[in-house]
Amino acid sequence: MSDLLAARSQMAMSLAFHIVFAAVGIAMPLLMLIAEGLWLRTRRPVYLDLAKRWARGTAIMFAVGAVSGTVLSFELGLLWPTFMRHAGPVVGMPFSLEGFAFFTEAIFLGIYLYGWNRVPERAHWLAGLAVLVSGTLSGVFVVTANAWMNTPAGFDFVDGRFVNVRPFQAMLNPAAFSEVLHSTLAAFLAIGTAVAGIHAARLYRDPRNPFHRAAFAIALAVMGGAAILQPLAGDIAARHVARYQPVKLAAMEAQWETESSAPLRIGGWPSEAREETRWSLEIPGALSLMAFGDRSAEITGLKTVPPELRPPVLITHLAFQVMVGIGFLLPALALLGGVLAWRARGLPEARWYFRLLALATPTGLVALEAGWVVTEVGRQPWIVAGFLKTAEAVTPMPWLVVPFLAFTALYLLLGVVVLVLMWRHVLAIPSATAFPGEA
Amino acid sequence: MDQSGILVGIAIVAALHLYALTGGADFGGGVWDLLAAGPRAEKQRQAIHEAIAPIWEANHVWMIVVVVLLFSAFPAAFAVLMTVLHIPIALMLGGIVLRGSAFAFRSYGIQTREAARRFGRVFAVTSAVTPVMLGVVLGASISGRIPDHLDPGSGLAPFFTPWLAPFPWVLGGFVLALFANLAAIYLCVELPAGVPEGSPSRSVAPGESSALEDAGDSRAALREDFRRRALASGVVCGLLAWAGVAAARRGAPEIYAGIMASHWALPFQLTTGLVAAGALAALWRRRFRLARLLAITQVSLVVWGWGAAQYPYLVVPGLRIDEAAAEEGVLRPILLILLAGSVILLPAFGYLFIIFKRREKGV
Repeated sequence: MSDLLAARSQMAMSLAFHIVFAAVGIAMPLLMLIAEGLWLRTRRPVYLDLAKRWARGTAIMFAVGAVSGTVLSFELGLLWPTFMRHAGPVVGMPFSLEGFAFFTEAIFLGIYLYGWNRVPERAHWLAGLAVLVSGTLSGVFVVTANAWMNTPAGFDFVDGRFVNVRPFQAMLNPAAFSEVLHSTLAAFLAIGTAVAGIHAARLYRDPRNPFHRAAFAIALAVMGGAAILQPLAGDIAARHVARYQPVKLAAMEAQWETESSAPLRIGGWPSEAREETRWSLEIPGALSLMAFGDRSAEITGLKTVPPELRPPVLITHLAFQVMVGIGFLLPALALLGGVLAWRARGLPEARWYFRLLALATPTGLVALEAGWVVTEVGRQPWIVAGFLKTAEAVTPMPWLVVPFLAFTALYLLLGVVVLVLMWRHVLAIPSATAFPGEA
Repeated sequence: MDQSGILVGIAIVAALHLYALTGGADFGGGVWDLLAAGPRAEKQRQAIHEAIAPIWEANHVWMIVVVVLLFSAFPAAFAVLMTVLHIPIALMLGGIVLRGSAFAFRSYGIQTREAARRFGRVFAVTSAVTPVMLGVVLGASISGRIPDHLDPGSGLAPFFTPWLAPFPWVLGGFVLALFANLAAIYLCVELPAGVPEGSPSRSVAPGESSALEDAGDSRAALREDFRRRALASGVVCGLLAWAGVAAARRGAPEIYAGIMASHWALPFQLTTGLVAAGALAALWRRRFRLARLLAITQVSLVVWGWGAAQYPYLVVPGLRIDEAAAEEGVLRPILLILLAGSVILLPAFGYLFIIFKRREKGV
């Protein structure tokens, strides 16, 4: 394994690991706040129990997210010192703001987790609100820094250096809005789906359990809201990519030739050697229509840039297909749930629906990871699109495969422990008979 | 350009300072978890756990602030340090990850006692290892052994020589002892014994059954445990400080010159020594609040004295603050954000500590 590949693998692995915990840190506070808010309003103990149990689980996830995020802030320099030497000051603004947002989040999370009996009820709920707002903002700021790598702005490029930096312009770069919108919704969608799925799996066995019913209802509502909005956000993002990152769009769609009235490809297997895409279902003109609102609009093909400036097409295309596929599946599941709920005048009762959602548990997270792959792999070979190549940014240290393997082993271990602990949390929830007066 | 750079530099030292006083003490708590012994070992662990659980994540963020400020304002220094000190930093990160995760697993997991003990063990061991590596990294960065540039094909040697030397490891030991000392003193203050401060509390014989004690006595005994630990670690801290200065003579000559030869050197050394001795005396006489005040003062003197000795270097001796600083257009907004952020942050931080650290006044 080359050092560059080891560095990229370590970064990809660290981000893929962290992003799950980051999403939990963004979305779970919303679920907890809804549960606690329902407790304050209805005084049904099940809601308080739910908020507290969710908080315990979230505390584990938040801690792992905090330390793995710390690793990332160092890894930017450990693996990509040349990138940080050039870009550190340009992306310093969002990272500084993120630092403060994360600080606020950590402070109020401490109050939320340990303050149940120490602060008044309303103050406690407000502490949770502070966690939600600052946690979401943390994610927003980090994503603007990533957006800058895709559509760099706010500097002059003189003699290979980034000078006359305008930090706010850099932070509010062209891709910032669409990326922030899309990835923030993705966090709520992924976590809403995962939580709904877990409680659906328990409801399948214990359908009258008031705890799981309350949890499922809240998670399904969050998932549904995000699932309906996400295709719109995805559309905005795709249109933006078409304008500002045409080569990335070409890789996402496995579009080799520049053509007007380009087709939308569903599935298919792009071959980088033969420069063609086979076995895809093509909808004529649909890509041009979706990207520019005009069936005859011209779509830039991969062949406009030499092979060494193209991103890995196969990975980008497949990841995009997975993300879009799930992006259609989840709103469909949510709408189905809406219909069932409407007919039941309450929570969906059909057990097959519980099973369906249980099966969908990981899909939101898979889509989140796939979307991340699209934006990161689709930017290659650039680390700062058009200005600095990933290969030029890597550290000169040899034997990078060693830290890659070491951190991979560490994260695998942590991942397994977290899964076991989370499952124990779920199993510890009492069965329906333990909630007198609730069933 | 100079002034903004210096101001951000001061902010970085301030963040490190706060990290040492808060996050550092959390690490020190882990050290005492590792060294918990005697009839009250489990109670010691519990007291440590209660003291750090609500606040450690917030305290930890100071380190992230340091990193972000460093790469935003001094990207050249960040790039050099992260390149050359890759290995000790990676080891430190491994410690940070394991320690934070294990602490959360132990606190919030639903598990057997055995599993909880194992997570506690991981938390304790990594709490001791991580500060050492932090000290090693800091020591190496001021050792003067960081190469200006790396020739391609120079192999692995430049990635080891800066930190595989006596000085960084003595500093690592000093940081560990300092953090442990802080933790023990904080715990003395936070364990109100139900007896007025300054008066000797009844000693509890080893093996005395906890069922026979009332809560106050048990807490007093616990406090005595931490008092002894604070005294011992204070002495170790002092010894390692001397060793550090001695090792710096060859291991970090520029810093050594700053500490020994500046016009402020003698008063600085005298003050630090007096404050350290005062903290020990206060502990001896069980004036715990005074001891805490003096310990905090001591840490402040060490951090700022070191900062002053290092000025104007960021990486000794290759990189001065004015060479490494980003342009004014970057530094000013950072200072602005630091100011605006502090307005939100410091009250929130204060609120957190008021909620969870008020117990001392309660009894």
